[in-house]
Amino acid sequence: MTPLPRWRRYARLFGPDPAADARDELHFHLDSKVQDLRAEGWSEDAARVEAARQLGDVQALEAVGAHVGTRRQRRTDRTTTLMAAVQDLRLAFRVFLRDPGYACIVMLVIALGIATNATVFSVVHTLLLRPLPFPEPQALTWLSSGVGVAKEARAALGLSSVTYTVDAFEAFQASNQSFASVAAYNPFFADSDYLLTGQGDARALDGVMVGGNFFQTLGVEPAIGRWFAPDEVVRNGRPAVMLSHALWRDQFGANPDLVGQTITIDRRAVTVVGVLPESFDFGSVFAPGQRFDVFMPAVMDDLRGAGNTLSIVGRMKPGVSVQQAQSEADSLFPRLQREHPEWWGDYSSTVTALGDHVRGHLRRPLIVLWSAVGLLLVMACVNVSSLLLARVSSRDQEFAMRATLGASRVRLFAMLLAESVVLTAAGTALGVALALLLTRWLARQDAVLLPLLDRVVLGSASLWWTAAIAAAMAFVFAVVPMARLSRTHAERALQASGRGIAGPRRLEQLRATLVVVQVALACVLLVGAGLLLRSFVHVLDVDLGFAPSRAAAVEIMYEGGDGARRGVVLRELLDRIGALPGVEAAGVTDMLPLGRNRSWGLRAPGATYRDNHEMAARVRVVTPGYLEAMGMRLREGRAFSWDDAASREPIVIINEAAARRHWPAGSPLGSVAEVTLDGWKPARIVGILADVRGQSVEAAAGPEMYLPVWLAGPSGAELVVRSTMPASTLGPSVLRVLRDGNPLQPATSLRPLQDLVDRSVSPRRFFLLLVGGLAVLGLALAAVGIFGVISYAVKQRTREIGVRMALGANAGQVRRQVMFRSLRLAGLGLAVGAVASTLVARALSSLLFETTPTDPVSYAGVAVLVVALAGLAGYLPARHASRIEPMAALRKS
Amino acid sequence: MGKTRDTHDDPLELVRGTLDVLILKALAWGALHGYAVSALIRRQTDGALLVEEGTLYPALWRLEERSLIEAEWGLSENNRKAKFYRLTAAGRKRLRDDMRMWDTYAAAVNKMLQATRPPAPEVP
Repeated sequence: MTPLPRWRRYARLFGPDPAADARDELHFHLDSKVQDLRAEGWSEDAARVEAARQLGDVQALEAVGAHVGTRRQRRTDRTTTLMAAVQDLRLAFRVFLRDPGYACIVMLVIALGIATNATVFSVVHTLLLRPLPFPEPQALTWLSSGVGVAKEARAALGLSSVTYTVDAFEAFQASNQSFASVAAYNPFFADSDYLLTGQGDARALDGVMVGGNFFQTLGVEPAIGRWFAPDEVVRNGRPAVMLSHALWRDQFGANPDLVGQTITIDRRAVTVVGVLPESFDFGSVFAPGQRFDVFMPAVMDDLRGAGNTLSIVGRMKPGVSVQQAQSEADSLFPRLQREHPEWWGDYSSTVTALGDHVRGHLRRPLIVLWSAVGLLLVMACVNVSSLLLARVSSRDQEFAMRATLGASRVRLFAMLLAESVVLTAAGTALGVALALLLTRWLARQDAVLLPLLDRVVLGSASLWWTAAIAAAMAFVFAVVPMARLSRTHAERALQASGRGIAGPRRLEQLRATLVVVQVALACVLLVGAGLLLRSFVHVLDVDLGFAPSRAAAVEIMYEGGDGARRGVVLRELLDRIGALPGVEAAGVTDMLPLGRNRSWGLRAPGATYRDNHEMAARVRVVTPGYLEAMGMRLREGRAFSWDDAASREPIVIINEAAARRHWPAGSPLGSVAEVTLDGWKPARIVGILADVRGQSVEAAAGPEMYLPVWLAGPSGAELVVRSTMPASTLGPSVLRVLRDGNPLQPATSLRPLQDLVDRSVSPRRFFLLLVGGLAVLGLALAAVGIFGVISYAVKQRTREIGVRMALGANAGQVRRQVMFRSLRLAGLGLAVGAVASTLVARALSSLLFETTPTDPVSYAGVAVLVVALAGLAGYLPARHASRIEPMAALRKS
Repeated sequence: MGKTRDTHDDPLELVRGTLDVLILKALAWGALHGYAVSALIRRQTDGALLVEEGTLYPALWRLEERSLIEAEWGLSENNRKAKFYRLTAAGRKRLRDDMRMWDTYAAAVNKMLQATRPPAPEVP
């Protein structure tokens, strides 16, 4: 066989063609046969016919040949590609094993970017993007009343201003057209504190009263059992309860036979009719940070006279939009109000999608967080790109060699891609593992008041998101060095000498630019975090109006009765608590600040008011000793004393905000106010209290009044103890006293009041922690970037520095110069970053507390931090440069 | 000469599966194109075996697909482009195995056909 000359290979210029191969082969056969037959004396035509006859169906053969050939070719191609890929990957591993330090740094940076992004995406997805955990959640809506009430009045009123009376709820339920069903629950959870007995230690149960069709409206199905029956939701109906899945599991050992049996709640036999599914968490949607053990029927007739007691949830009919529901509510409520002149409040309502109600306020912080993590990802990519560029330039020789030996650009790119895939895959694996830990940790943050936070998991959506990011990263990390490589080779072709200076210099400039970008991005992150930190500090500096340190609270149960009896029981209890060693003061309130609230009426006699809401004030029903135990400050007058109980004179303490509103002329101390105690009753003002942050740490106080326990009915009871001893030490003795008084007192621990404050500021702390963490990581990346570029520059200039030192430059001068380079990069980055930050900070302004987006302290702090870190990042290479041995450096090159 | 002509007129059909081993053997001496393979088998067996050309090519392609032979385009004796086949290492090994199997098979068949009397009774 003679090899085919190169010029005759033109036929397969466009790659293999199995069909043509088969055709050519068979034609060659026929031609050879014809030639042989002609030699035997056949005529040309006869020979052709005979040859074709012997070969048989040529076309069928050709088809077989094409088929087999194509199959073989495909397999060969696949094998070749696979072999090349395996080869590339093995090579990539070898390359990294040769330089494990470098590989580790790149991997860590990638892992960092991946871990933070996967985690934050999981949070954003769960809290913001994923639909609420109900069927067809987009049809669920939330109604809040009191649209017409002034904003400040609403803030002061709290929950009472956005809820409904039973009458208003029922009227709306009956006359609306937009909703398939409208349901209600009682959001004043203190009305639903129960005591479970007969199952070992008495246990306090947190419950919620729900309307008969509440769960059906949400679309929740019971895990076992059934919903409340009609005769269980009426006055004096059969007592029934539904249990949360957690209570059923923890208290009753997940006993399926429990349904239908009775348990003892508040000393009544109550039938367990059903257990809620594990996936249903009332608290995570409607009351973040709270757990609910039992669901009781809301008996409408019992609640009818109790004012605003209901929150309303509706499921819209199919095809009805929130806007349509809103416009119906806009016309319906005023009409109902005209028909019912006896309605006290303003029930014109806002209709919002339930999802927006639950997490609308999270949108901005979460988007900020998401943006921050995106910035960090960009920084990580820039960082890795910069490292890759440095590396490619040091591997110039290797790539030039490969190109010379015939590696095509595609092959070179495949090699770079293999390296990038190996690095990115390793980094991503590490990142996902980290993210798994992070998300688990986040989901355990019970103390953070954020809805749905306990449901955060690294789910499939997060993994897809992460995979997309990783794929993009892998591609970028292959393209960046490839672009660099192409340019180097172009330069190489133009330059006679391969060791030109221009290449590395230009690379250095490029990397310096990247570092400036990194520092600028880090600045943006740091300024954001700084502003949030300043806000947080301001929040912590807020004068709460009480002193949480050294005070602790515990929910208590006591045998009440009428007002006088209550006074006697509590006095005796408090005397015994006060006698405990270390106790400085003790008192009881029905509601602690920063938690539950309700409001009653308060007015100055003879004054005129525009509407009822102007007369609303939050009410706390307290014992003597409470103000002292809380560390609240009286501005004027005195606190309650037990002597007041004997005198039977109605008295009240109001706060400064109430005094300002109702008695703008001057101090009302000693004068008579009117308060709603079964209708308007006069009460003498005996004290004026410094304002207490009642609703949240960040909102200014509204009008408040304090009534003594013998005068007004409390809603729950919290014992507050101020002591020199820590809560954990004091707890057991306090509990013993409580148990002596009431054997059914559940075993609960003393909560430091500081916990209340921490809880209230927990969302802010949470976001600060996350954004701050990202900013610190960003700063670290920027520092690594500066360090990398400066030390590379020093390495490149070893000879130059050597020459200068040989010519008399001293170590200090060299060090200064290198440091200067580093600080100049940082300075440039800072300048760019500061401008960018002012733009970004504006978007943050709604999240800030008593901090302007241009807060000079934050900016100055960031500048100092960046310069300090740039100094450090520059110092190490600078020291290295100053220790260069001139002679050694010169000899080396 | 006359005798071969007889057999040429009425050549033997190939026993199933023997074509592959014949091809492998034909290539044992060096690379050949398809037409040469069929010619070689015919000449080597004095035309006693009928190698249908219609089955030869699919057999070649199958062997190529199984990597027992490999193909390359080259120039034939009359300077035309032709597809040449050669044995691979795997093909060579297969040829050895098949030849050994063929020998055993033929010997056994022969032993039976040449027998003049029934085998001695088996001694327990």
